[in-house]
Amino acid sequence: MVATGESTTGLIDRHVQFVAALRAAGLPVSLAESLDATQAMVTVDMRQREQLRAGYAAALVKRAAHRATFDRLFDLWWPAAMGDGTAYDDNDADADAELEEVDPEDLDALRNMLRDALRDALLAGDDEAIRRLARQAVSGLGRADTQPGRQSWFTYRVLRALSPETLLASLLDAVLAGEERGGLAERVARQMLTERIRQFEEAVEAEVRRRLAEDRGVEQISKTAVKPLVEQVDFLRASRDEIAELRRKVYPLARRLATRLTAKRRLGRAGRLDVRRTVRASLSSGGVPLTTIHKPHRPHKPELVVLCDVSGSVAAFAHFTVLLAFALREQFAKVRVFAFVDTCDEVTRFFEQGDDVVDALARLSKEAHVVWFDGHSDYGHSFEVFAQKWPDAITPKTSLLILGDARNNYRAQSLPALRSIVRHARHAFWLNPEPLQYWGSGDSAAKSYGEILPMIECRNAAQLQEFVEGLLPV
Amino acid sequence: MPLFASPEDVRTRLAETGYLADDAIATTVFLADALGKPLLVEGPAGTGKTELAKAVAASADAGLVRLQCYEGLDEARALYEWNYRKQLLAIQASGEGQEWVETHDEIFSEEFLLPRPLLTAIRRDEPTVLLVDETDKADVEVEGLLLEVLSDFQVTIPELGTIAATRKPFVVLTSNATRELSEALKRRCLFLHVDYPDAEREKAIVLSRVPEVPGQLAEQLVRTVRTLRALELKKSPSIAESIDWARTLVALGLDTLDESTVAQTLGVVLKHASDHIRATKELGLN
Repeated sequence: MVATGESTTGLIDRHVQFVAALRAAGLPVSLAESLDATQAMVTVDMRQREQLRAGYAAALVKRAAHRATFDRLFDLWWPAAMGDGTAYDDNDADADAELEEVDPEDLDALRNMLRDALRDALLAGDDEAIRRLARQAVSGLGRADTQPGRQSWFTYRVLRALSPETLLASLLDAVLAGEERGGLAERVARQMLTERIRQFEEAVEAEVRRRLAEDRGVEQISKTAVKPLVEQVDFLRASRDEIAELRRKVYPLARRLATRLTAKRRLGRAGRLDVRRTVRASLSSGGVPLTTIHKPHRPHKPELVVLCDVSGSVAAFAHFTVLLAFALREQFAKVRVFAFVDTCDEVTRFFEQGDDVVDALARLSKEAHVVWFDGHSDYGHSFEVFAQKWPDAITPKTSLLILGDARNNYRAQSLPALRSIVRHARHAFWLNPEPLQYWGSGDSAAKSYGEILPMIECRNAAQLQEFVEGLLPV
Repeated sequence: MPLFASPEDVRTRLAETGYLADDAIATTVFLADALGKPLLVEGPAGTGKTELAKAVAASADAGLVRLQCYEGLDEARALYEWNYRKQLLAIQASGEGQEWVETHDEIFSEEFLLPRPLLTAIRRDEPTVLLVDETDKADVEVEGLLLEVLSDFQVTIPELGTIAATRKPFVVLTSNATRELSEALKRRCLFLHVDYPDAEREKAIVLSRVPEVPGQLAEQLVRTVRTLRALELKKSPSIAESIDWARTLVALGLDTLDESTVAQTLGVVLKHASDHIRATKELGLN
């Protein structure tokens, strides 16, 4: 099927390099899949770029989470245009002709023209025009000389010059056309326009990457263009968007974990023979017990107590973990959550069934009594308060999870208090979102706490998932 | 023999059955058909994964064989089963004097075989679409079973030998991604992730499914649904919910979507109490 010969060797090289770049970015592409992709390549109409993209994606990308990475690399390796971009159709040609009338040195005129065009495109939601404007804007405004004789391309120069967000107010006026503000209509219109502006910004970023790739080689840019997958994002360094994205992942993740856990349980050895049902079933085969039926095991469900540091530095990690624990509620007999900064309070009530996730987190930080003195983490005092106020929380059935970075601001560590808490629990683990090599440095008490209970590095969702799977007995 | 001539052909013929495909869907369906590979469709609930298989069957005039997966699905329900009650009767009826070898050959013949969806799909001579629905609900062992069927399009029955497909069925597997399917299975399939459609396509879908709804209202509705999807909800509304919402509005005779109508009918779109509360607050409905 695969065409060979002089004309296609370049194409095959390109394909092989592209697959290598995907693998380097962490996508598991097997040889068989790579071959499928070449078949797909010759089967679709290669002049249709979106067909080629869809064909490649179908053969190579087998996880939705990998799609964004794939798209970025695809745009680099199979660019839609070269150089300033040739006009593909009449519309583009017209727009380019219009642009040529403006003196390229007169940046203000260029900017105003592009801004007006962008406003129209955003209002109409014209995808083609948005992409075209991104291309024109980057070639007109995005270039800068970094050193004499060397130039580079910058996203922020384009976005600062056009500042699409400042168009939002006038766009909203145009969409709402005199309707009253502040209501549903505004909210809906705002959402729609922000989406389109985001689309323009992404187009500009992609265009800048393409221009950079032309100057410096695709391999170079491929390495830096790829963002880590959500599951690999470091809790402590996650941006706000990434944290929101992570929170959205909690329920799917919990569902996936729960299915896997029940499946593992069911696979375990069957329980005692159920005589009554076996005899009943044998009647249909003339009294021969062809299949035996066993009573299911009664699974052991642990009680879970989570003690988490909710001070600013590790809040994102603690929130995510607590949400996951609650999403997995049916896997545990009981979940209780205590939060602390420099003193400790029970916060289970914020997470009861049906409560809203974002609300719960907001109320937790507002209403819970977690600050006693100055609002800096004090693990020692928190453990003492916990042991004193809730001595019955930890029972021999309890699995205890402590979440935090163990950065104690050089305060008393209260090792005996922690030791007695840990002694009463069935299992105890400490999840630390800091990289292993920083443990024990500076004000970190990780080393001394780590001697009392096993401390586990848990920097991203993937590591957390791995840990939770191991936590539940099968 | 391929069912479709080009992605464009896929798109127009699917549209005739009422399924509006985008570029990615049309191209991937075309490729799955042209390369003879199974198509694994993944995506959130209610985005038309099962519909796609039905639409392909309808547009290609092919029979649809459906295997619904669930926990505890086994070989006997997916592939084939010996009708052992009938076999017992046959043994009893054959009486004295007959050699065991004869009886054995007799009771392991076509007559006593109960074909289940996978075997049925392979043995059909007419064009066939095999839909393996909600593959992620089935146990891991079932995936192993699917591997033989999907890579070689053949089934091995120890007593009868190997039955190969006379005509490769077009296979669609769907999954809600409640668990990762095995690498081996994914490798053999072409993968298609079906997400919520863009605004224009969603509007077209709503209009084609609920023709009574005015265009202006459909536009408003789609935008509102997209706003809801941007909130952090437990269950984001899918296309199925958009269509239900349009039907509800038509049934109630409402022709505009403002705060009060949204508040009245929000239950159609959001199925969790907490999502309801959140949307009410964020959209300023009261």
